[in-house]
Amino acid sequence: MSYIYDSYDVAVVGAGHAGCEAALACARLGLNTIMFTVSVDSIALMPCNPNVGGTSKGHLVREIDALGGEMGKNIDKTYIQSKMLNQSKGPAVHSLRAQADKQDYTRAMREVVENTENLTVKQAEITEILVEDGKITGVKTFSDGIYPCRVVVLCTGVYLNARCIYGEVSHYTGPNGLPSANHLTDCLKSLGIEMYRFKTGTPARIDKRSIDFSKMEEQFGDEKVVPFSFTNTPEDIKRDQVSCWLTYTNETTHDIIRKNIDRSPLYSGNIQGTGPRYCPSIEDKVVKFADKTRHQVFIEPEGNYTNEMYISGMSSSLPEDVQIAMYRSVAGLENAQIVRNAYAIEYDCINPMQLKPSLEFKKISGLFSGGQFNGSSGYEEAAAQGLMAGINAAMKLLNREPVILDRSQAYIGVLIDDLVTKETHEPYRMMTSRAEYRLILRQDNADQRLTKIGHEIGLISDERYEKLLKKEEMIAEETARLEKSLIGASKDVQEVLERLNSTTLKTGTTLAELIKRPELNYHAVKDLDKNRPELPDDVVEQVEINLKYDGYIKRQEHQVEQFKKLEGKKIPEDINYEDIPSLRIEARQKLIKFKPISVGQASRISGVSPADISVLLVYLEQYRRNK
Amino acid sequence: MKSDTIAAIATGLSNAGISIVRISGENAFPIIDKIFRKKKSTKKLSEMESHTVHYGYIVNNEEVIDEVMVVIMRGPRSYTKEDSIEIDCHGGIIVTKRVLETVLEAGARLAEPGEFTKRAFLNGRIDLSQAEAVIDVIHAKSELALKNSLSQLKGNVLEKIKEIRESILLDTAYIEAALDDPEHISIDGFAEKLSGDVEVLRNDIFKLLNSAENGRLIKEGIRTVILGKPNVGKSSLLNILVGEERAIVTDIAGTTRDTIEETIYLNGVCLNLIDTAGIRETEDVVEKIGVDKSRKSAENADLIIYVVDASTPLDQNDYDLIDFIKDKKAVILLNKTDLDTVVDEKELQTLTKKTVIKISAKNHIGMDEMENVITNMFFEGNLTFNEDIYITNARQKEALKEAKVSLEQVQNSIELGMPEDFFTIDLMNAYEALGTIIGEAVDEDLINTIFKEFCMGK
Repeated sequence: MSYIYDSYDVAVVGAGHAGCEAALACARLGLNTIMFTVSVDSIALMPCNPNVGGTSKGHLVREIDALGGEMGKNIDKTYIQSKMLNQSKGPAVHSLRAQADKQDYTRAMREVVENTENLTVKQAEITEILVEDGKITGVKTFSDGIYPCRVVVLCTGVYLNARCIYGEVSHYTGPNGLPSANHLTDCLKSLGIEMYRFKTGTPARIDKRSIDFSKMEEQFGDEKVVPFSFTNTPEDIKRDQVSCWLTYTNETTHDIIRKNIDRSPLYSGNIQGTGPRYCPSIEDKVVKFADKTRHQVFIEPEGNYTNEMYISGMSSSLPEDVQIAMYRSVAGLENAQIVRNAYAIEYDCINPMQLKPSLEFKKISGLFSGGQFNGSSGYEEAAAQGLMAGINAAMKLLNREPVILDRSQAYIGVLIDDLVTKETHEPYRMMTSRAEYRLILRQDNADQRLTKIGHEIGLISDERYEKLLKKEEMIAEETARLEKSLIGASKDVQEVLERLNSTTLKTGTTLAELIKRPELNYHAVKDLDKNRPELPDDVVEQVEINLKYDGYIKRQEHQVEQFKKLEGKKIPEDINYEDIPSLRIEARQKLIKFKPISVGQASRISGVSPADISVLLVYLEQYRRNK
Repeated sequence: MKSDTIAAIATGLSNAGISIVRISGENAFPIIDKIFRKKKSTKKLSEMESHTVHYGYIVNNEEVIDEVMVVIMRGPRSYTKEDSIEIDCHGGIIVTKRVLETVLEAGARLAEPGEFTKRAFLNGRIDLSQAEAVIDVIHAKSELALKNSLSQLKGNVLEKIKEIRESILLDTAYIEAALDDPEHISIDGFAEKLSGDVEVLRNDIFKLLNSAENGRLIKEGIRTVILGKPNVGKSSLLNILVGEERAIVTDIAGTTRDTIEETIYLNGVCLNLIDTAGIRETEDVVEKIGVDKSRKSAENADLIIYVVDASTPLDQNDYDLIDFIKDKKAVILLNKTDLDTVVDEKELQTLTKKTVIKISAKNHIGMDEMENVITNMFFEGNLTFNEDIYITNARQKEALKEAKVSLEQVQNSIELGMPEDFFTIDLMNAYEALGTIIGEAVDEDLINTIFKEFCMGK
């Protein structure tokens, strides 16, 4: 028999990376929030890779931090190795990645969550979302407890009808043997929500004592660590780092896989879910790239207090006996003792095109969702959506406008726009190549892009915002100073330039112009800069990037202006596309189905042509004048 | 970079009278200042009062293109409510096109179908009651443009563009794959290879642009259909005009089962020549398809060359054809005059009310006269270009130029020693620009190629 439990403003279903961000955002904005999880011990669990960040994912984490989210702070507390990737490339693709102590990560996040005001944590499986007249009224647990609430944020990750598979073995559990959630899908289907089935996978964990590291290359962290959170300085988080190790598969490994490929559930048809192309299993790599004689394998520690090592690059769903042979064929792993087997996991998620850009369901008022439930992959993608879903759930209850970041503002904007506008047929992973304005969306300027927005939302303190304004002021002042600092073609100057292997001057120039030269930079011209003020490193970095890539950045800014024009043209919710006969049939059907919020979003739906957009613009003007 | 200032030829393309090139948008004045010179004064048009007319020259790199009158209108007192310029050109079709191209090179982009009207409406110029009409214009013109764009492109050009795009995409995917997965894929030293690739691609695009300049990119020109009963010598005529054995010539009636197309120049006038299967009542299924095709080609033709066999009496098939061409631009060729003639030239002229020329394709007699008749028809303005085809060509040229500029930017970035991620921005611009020519968007091409070609991920 069902009974009524306590009431809340917000119920968050799931306590992974998305759920935690969503719940924290709502609670911090003053809403009475409850977060449900099937296991309180696994709050912010990292069931797969032991790291946070990486290319473009690192951008997401810094953006989360700039908006007032938690992930950046939490990884700064618990990292055991940190690296800035792509340092030899342009600033737009520099990406931060840190190895985490997994248990510490979970513990630290749990500590924050449990000590946040307005936030209640509850271990229970949610089996029903209660909806009346298209509006959320509450949620119901497996034990028939009803929690009345006004909004629900679904962050169920990979737990819905989860099934873990390797070889002929399959368990109906979530990752690490945690209980799966087996009832919610039916409820969602009955509410008319379209479900997908996706899969992902993870490699084996191997006992450190059984690995011969002498056959591998050691991979160190950076000497100078850049924090993820803009609230930390490198000194704040300085600590000893651990190493990762690099080894390779070989033809023997590949032979073992090929000989047993018919026993792989991926190829036997036992797995039906669609996997991410970005994280292929080792059997996929061997089959699809048959000409490659070896693949890289990174051995990464799972934490400081365990001997388990994560075997990155060799996720698999092959049977146990094949796994043993396969891992032991790799140099340095000859005597490997497998602690946990590799496995694939299948789970239910939704077609994210049912969501508005605010991550609220189009059909059900007050129902929001984030994370892998929305068809993405990765901790960072999940956290980013969780944060936005939480913010927008709060905005709804506070009667404020939803916060929608566009593609020119943030990777988070690209991520969500892609999810809700483009049809995804695999777990979506963020990539720098998906961001068309990436020169502007750098990880180093996430604070300048987003902290003002975070402050308006109410997740960034006045103090932190003032600090940002001060930083921006210093950047502007220093840039202006360099642009005005004239450098004459004197003998001293020429000597310095010659020493720096730079062309000597014919006429006078400015320091700014010199810094723009490919072979020079801010530090190099120090001797020519008599009045240089003492400035923090992050200010200098911004000044230098702004000057050096000025031409390219301006071009992108111009493109952004064009982009914003269509993005700013909102489409009223009550528009009737049937009234616009000149739209091509395909375009009309797509527009009716996806209900884009702006002409910009409409233009990105496949099947809507530029001519359709012109027609739509004229119709909207007509509509506006008729009002 | 896409400009928001648009330009187009506002009048129909014909050899008679004045044509107007119209410019609208925020850069209208900077653009006209770049390309307009007064005879004596050096004052810029941007410094002149609105709604005034100015006499002078349009110049392209100091070469005078045309003597023109320019009307300047500052927004909002113009049709589009934006800064607008109208250039009255006097030099005929070819010159008007060059004026437009000069405007485009100076920074405008070719207007989309119906875009001036669209802007006028969106900026509140046109009455609400006309909105439907505006929508219809956009709709109709876009459909047509789309249809023309691909159907007008020559097969080999299409293949070439696809090839160039594929090459750009592969290089871009390589760089992007390495940027996304730097620990698995290295691009050290790739800049050098890319530089070589870009050089080749630029050269390819340069060649295409040259073809475009000469109108050889698309089947531009006067659509000229050679029509007649089977075995009256249509294919022989085509072969003489083209100067090679293109069509199969036999004595067997009905040999040409398909239509054959060739572009030729008669005294500088471009003809897009279409040989057709002979038209007659037939029971043969394959031949019937050919005959139907011929009729269809002829329906859309700008000019019909109707060939009659002088040695055979006119029959019902001829009378049908004469009826068919009566409202069309056509010349009649009385062929096989080297044989005993039974068809009278005068009689044919009375019957068709068209120019009749006596020729012998076999002995190359009467060819000069035919050329003169056709080119005169053109210069007297009796024959017109297909306007939409020209627009298509101009759009394609614009896209090619954009691709070329983007590739030059890539080369520039390489030379400056910029990091690799800067290259791909312009590579993708070039890819996108070329895609507009063949009607293909970018969508997920890059991501798909990355995953297809490179083994990525953890």
